[in-house]
Amino acid sequence: MTSVAMARRRLALSRFWADFRRQRAGVVGLVILIVAVVLALVAPLFIDESVTSVVTGTGPKWAAPSLDYPFGTDESGRSILLMVWWGSRTSLLIGFLAALLSIVIGMVVGITAGHFRGWIGASLMRVTDWFLVLPSLVTAMVLAAILGGSTFTIIMAIGVTTWPTTARLIRAQTLAVEARPYIERSKALGGGHWHITTRHVVPNVAPLLLASTTLEVASAIVTESTLAFLGVSSNKTSWGTMLRGSYDWGAPTQGAWWYILIPGLAILAVVMAFMLAGRALEAVLNPQLRRAS
Amino acid sequence: MTAPLDALEPAAQAAGSAEEPQARRGTLRYALSKAAGALFSIAMVIVGTFFLFRLLPGDPVRNLAQGRNMTPAQLDLERHRLGLDKPLIDQFFDFVGDTLRLDLGTSYEYKRPVLDLIGERLGPTLLLAGTGLVIAVSLGLWQGTHAGWRHGSRFDRFSTGASLVLWSVPTFWLGLLLMMVLGVGIGPIPGLFPFRGIESIDAPDGFAYVLDVASHMVLPTLTLVAVVYAQYLLVMRSSLLEEVSQDYVTVARAKGLRDDDVRKRHAVPNALLPTVTLVFMRIGFVVGGAVTVETIFTWPGLGQLFYEAVSVPDFTLMQGTFLLITVAVIVMNTLADVVYHMIDPRVRSA
Repeated sequence: MTSVAMARRRLALSRFWADFRRQRAGVVGLVILIVAVVLALVAPLFIDESVTSVVTGTGPKWAAPSLDYPFGTDESGRSILLMVWWGSRTSLLIGFLAALLSIVIGMVVGITAGHFRGWIGASLMRVTDWFLVLPSLVTAMVLAAILGGSTFTIIMAIGVTTWPTTARLIRAQTLAVEARPYIERSKALGGGHWHITTRHVVPNVAPLLLASTTLEVASAIVTESTLAFLGVSSNKTSWGTMLRGSYDWGAPTQGAWWYILIPGLAILAVVMAFMLAGRALEAVLNPQLRRAS
Repeated sequence: MTAPLDALEPAAQAAGSAEEPQARRGTLRYALSKAAGALFSIAMVIVGTFFLFRLLPGDPVRNLAQGRNMTPAQLDLERHRLGLDKPLIDQFFDFVGDTLRLDLGTSYEYKRPVLDLIGERLGPTLLLAGTGLVIAVSLGLWQGTHAGWRHGSRFDRFSTGASLVLWSVPTFWLGLLLMMVLGVGIGPIPGLFPFRGIESIDAPDGFAYVLDVASHMVLPTLTLVAVVYAQYLLVMRSSLLEEVSQDYVTVARAKGLRDDDVRKRHAVPNALLPTVTLVFMRIGFVVGGAVTVETIFTWPGLGQLFYEAVSVPDFTLMQGTFLLITVAVIVMNTLADVVYHMIDPRVRSA
């Protein structure tokens, strides 16, 4: 890459950052996200998987929040605080990877459908529309139930059921990009399908992808927790499995509000943070939206 | 629960003007082509279901046998009973034929035909999801209209903020909280509403029974509405925002119409069309919500049946309920598509 292009990109990036910084809610979201991710990453330095084991739960059962157990304990005396902390690793991991899978499928299908406009594009869109209609949670439950519960299958189940919206979005954007004159120029100079899609289309849809990835992670985290709550989980402690535990052990009737409130608030905080950051990204990248809202 | 954000954008297909004389014939042709498309989708669902339940890793019989003591002979017998010892192609045609005859097989868990089980559970689900949908749509559209019309006002900021929170909340968590606060009661507050099942054990007869069921419906309906209505609000709001800046609204104002009339007679009818369609297009989302809500409040509906099938796991039952739910969603989507085409001249020309 020439230094001119580099300089131009650096300029665009700094302008983008300046725009983003003006979106207050987006910055708040970003800060929460960074804190959550850092906490999840450093967790093994302080605690390990044993905090989620019923054997090593030595505290009193159903203890309300106190100094020793800031967020109380569960039915077998495990600290809710430590479990939420450790569980964030599974929740965030599945959220990120499922969103990534969904975005990659959506991008490949979207760009292919937008680039090859003949029967290939048409049939790809048919497939996309078909997937779009399927009730995604129900389909994901069936997939997870058949494939068996592991982190990998949960990621697959979420990724495979959520890509169509991205594909539609990216296809529309690809069509818009390919209508521009410089694509014609590139074709005239002998640019093939690969060159046009990877060198011209991908860089143009990349910002949009970033925004929709952010929102996709939020929705993947919620889906993961819902799947875990409905009993098809990766068998690792996540916020969803904790809430499942609270339901199974009758926390609502025990009055153990902390057991329900804390993992849920963790989900809510992270999901809201992703939403805020994603909406801010969209607003920065899409001037039309900025005007409307 | 979070739905894809594109639900926020009203359908962008509107363009051009319709050629009126041909409109009727065009609508019929459109309806037929949509119906053909739906039939194709349903066929794909049936084929997809077959391969999903047979080709994916895991032997169905071995899955059934998980946690149960079964001898190899019993396993073989079970395979034979399910027709799994036939060649795949025969199994495929058996499956398609049975499904078309609405024979969804026999539940392993209940030892009864899946179709009968579904028939029993259909009523409660329609009652719950129908009530929830009506409330969510009316509330969402009303609040969305007012938020969009006075956009930037305190009411708008509050509505948008609240719906973003509700949108991020996992359905089941909201259900748990409501169950704890309004069902069980917390601190000095007593439990107000029952939170298990559809009727009390000693359910009375007559009108009192209706009241009993209604009180059991409060919490599940509340949960479903809270989660679903948020996105209707946002869709209606952004749809109305697009209309507010249109020329015809300016003209209506220039004519000296009262603000209420401009809103009710000019802006809202136009904003309503794409919104109502989206409501029905995203019916799959409501289905997902219903599964979760029915599970939490042990509401004896289809969603709970599906949940039971997944957690046993009872693959015949799972397959049957999955097929039914998916086909229902496809049919609803197609209907919404066709109705939209009939009532909105803007998309007819496209």
